[in-house]
Amino acid sequence: MATIAQRLGAIWSESPGLVGFISTVDHKRIGLRYFYTGVIFFILGGLEALLIRVQLAQARLEILDPEAYNQLFSMHGITMMFLFAMPVLSGFGNYFVPLMIGARDMAFPRLNAFGYWIFLAGGIFMYSAFLTGSAPNDGWFNYLPLGDADFSPGLNIDYYALGLIFLGISTTGGAINFIVTILKMRAPGMTVNRIPIFVWGELAMAFQIVFALPLLTLACVLLFLQRRFGFHFFDASAGGDPLLWQHLFWIFGHPEVYIVVLPAFGIASAIIPTHARRPMVGYTYIVLAELATALIGFGVWVHHMFATGLPQMTMAFISAASFMVAIPSGVQVFAWLATLVTGRLVLRTPMLYILGFVATFVIGGVTGVMFSAIPFDQATTDSMFVVAHLHYVLVGGAVFPMFAAIYHWGPKMTGRMLDERFGKLSFWLVFFGFNLNMFPLHISGLLGQPRRTYTYEPGLGWDIHNLISTLGAFMLGIGVLVVIVDWIRSSRRGLLAGDDPWHGETLEWATSSPPPHYNFLTVPTVRSKEPNWDQPDLKGGQAPKDGGHPLDGGHTTLSTSMLDATPQAVVHMPHESPWPFYLSVALFVLFFAFLLDAYLVAAVAGLASMGALMGWFWPRGETQET
Amino acid sequence: MDRAIEEVLPHHASGPRAYGWWGMVWLIATEATLFAALIATYFFLRFRSGPQWPPGDIPAPELELPLIMSAILLASSIPVHFAEAGIKKGSQARLRWGLLAGFLLGAIFFGVTVGIEWPEKLAEFTPRTNVYGSLFFTITGFHLSHVLVGLLISAWAQVRAWNGAFDADKHLTVQNFAMYWHFVDVVWVAVFATIYLSPIL
Repeated sequence: MATIAQRLGAIWSESPGLVGFISTVDHKRIGLRYFYTGVIFFILGGLEALLIRVQLAQARLEILDPEAYNQLFSMHGITMMFLFAMPVLSGFGNYFVPLMIGARDMAFPRLNAFGYWIFLAGGIFMYSAFLTGSAPNDGWFNYLPLGDADFSPGLNIDYYALGLIFLGISTTGGAINFIVTILKMRAPGMTVNRIPIFVWGELAMAFQIVFALPLLTLACVLLFLQRRFGFHFFDASAGGDPLLWQHLFWIFGHPEVYIVVLPAFGIASAIIPTHARRPMVGYTYIVLAELATALIGFGVWVHHMFATGLPQMTMAFISAASFMVAIPSGVQVFAWLATLVTGRLVLRTPMLYILGFVATFVIGGVTGVMFSAIPFDQATTDSMFVVAHLHYVLVGGAVFPMFAAIYHWGPKMTGRMLDERFGKLSFWLVFFGFNLNMFPLHISGLLGQPRRTYTYEPGLGWDIHNLISTLGAFMLGIGVLVVIVDWIRSSRRGLLAGDDPWHGETLEWATSSPPPHYNFLTVPTVRSKEPNWDQPDLKGGQAPKDGGHPLDGGHTTLSTSMLDATPQAVVHMPHESPWPFYLSVALFVLFFAFLLDAYLVAAVAGLASMGALMGWFWPRGETQET
Repeated sequence: MDRAIEEVLPHHASGPRAYGWWGMVWLIATEATLFAALIATYFFLRFRSGPQWPPGDIPAPELELPLIMSAILLASSIPVHFAEAGIKKGSQARLRWGLLAGFLLGAIFFGVTVGIEWPEKLAEFTPRTNVYGSLFFTITGFHLSHVLVGLLISAWAQVRAWNGAFDADKHLTVQNFAMYWHFVDVVWVAVFATIYLSPIL
């Protein structure tokens, strides 16, 4: 009789070769794809940033013309937000959420595969704009009326509107998938007060996407209707209002900041206990703070619009809410500090990046509180000070934790350790590079340097700050390069990691590195918030003595209750399928057809999409989704 | 080691025990946010556009046809509910005829909008006339596209129902379709109140 491992291996195996490549629904393969693709976009966005910094290194340089500069800073923002930060955090979530909750896959594996293909197609769609020299050029928040057809007649803004609608399909599907996975697939015994904080962070992100992203999608649909078909939503001459764009965009756009930083905070909360060798201080407060941030984040969008002449009363409320949102962030910072101070720190690369994260993010947070004061905001709006602030929040709050995650979780994903010397070198380059890059822009901003302006006059006191900033940017770039070289080198030749190189507290360390298709030999029964510390019999994914479920009778997972994680049903999961890939190809054609006014092609692609959906859902007698 | 779990637990979940049911709940949540934003857009633009609404020489909407349309669409939820409740008890007949009746009522609503209501309005104004026209056709169009999606899902569910795919244990598709269809109907109440009622109040 075959062993459990052999049976599970056969049940959960996928096709080899090209068929397997386009058909896979394994959350780990998909997670890695999100990660690698996101990193490629990070490199592209980084190169755009370096070009911007070269142009600004000295006054009156003419390396880039104004149009090229506009396209580069717009695509830099779009790339870093939508093609790097969100996908990479989704990638880590995809890979680690099922592992951390003791599940064998995500709730909707095909939707998961589809989400990746749409992200890839959306990224290619956006970047294809460079081929004709018509990339979005109105900034990542694309204000009207500049973005209207009268002032931006090219395809640039159409790429923006359609590309963001397209990417939104992927993000929305992914968010719903995370929510259902986290609510319904936790291993028996993982009650709500035992959910790892990283998983809470992904959940908070997913909730925000569900309620924030429709606003962006709507704004882009209305914009496209106005530009292409002469509708009037933002057109003041026919009763519309350009300010409507700003409201719709920022009701999405401010939660977007938390969509990016909340899962990154979760990464920090996953790494700190392991590397401080003690349970997290204030688990409940951190979780409540994440959820509170997600909630309050919906009430502060107007602070991006303090300079638009809104009523005083509106601004006063939003100002208060903006001060308030600092409180849950502060709660988390103090919980991290308390854990660090009372723990025994292991100062390896992941911990260095986390310390860098806390320091950098707090600086960004402090300047954020300054913007809540309306007069200060109005004095510094559209200046380089804002650029410095948002980079401290987003690079400090999200990129540093991601680098920590690369060093912390990379061994789980590749099976091999990254190199500690490379890691430490990269940290110091990234840390000093980033601060040299961005800190001087606070000063030049206060001295009046505007953002989004392709050059400046000499002798205004901005020259030295811009030069230092450019040098810092290159230092940061070299640091990133070191990480990439280390990853490529170590994933082939690094030391074998073993199952649990850091003695982590959560379930992903209870299985092999990288984990098999089925993740765990038995679905564990969780009895602790730190199961891998408190339940030694879970180690090695072996059948635990105190009850685990092999579930080797079919391609199944457990459906468990939302609060107590009591098993409720055995769910037969869908197998691999090429249809999500075909559907994303059809939609790719559909969006290009809209871009190029080819409505006959669009109709054909629409019908093909429906055909692909039928193929996707065609009953084959294998799942219970009937 | 407890192997019995696969023998103890049901293998066909429906309702809140099924992943798919929750997937539909959150899809509806995000779609409802989209409609809420559309309606907020309507009132934002209305209150910034001055005292006269509809602006220009567009007459205020008449209620007769929209009320009939509303009755048809809201009535369509009844057979859909009848079908869902039927299959929970294993009644194939209730499922099949209920879905069909719901589909026909939805199709009539779709046909009346495209065939009568929109042409009448287009004779008065178009989406390009002014922001009122843009809002009217965008909001009703967004809703109508959801009716169309509902009809397609219904057609899919009916083909499967006539093939005997559903029974008292396995009917998640029917459940999800019913939830979506009721959602489309509830949204219509909000759209009706916004587009047809609010200008004459």
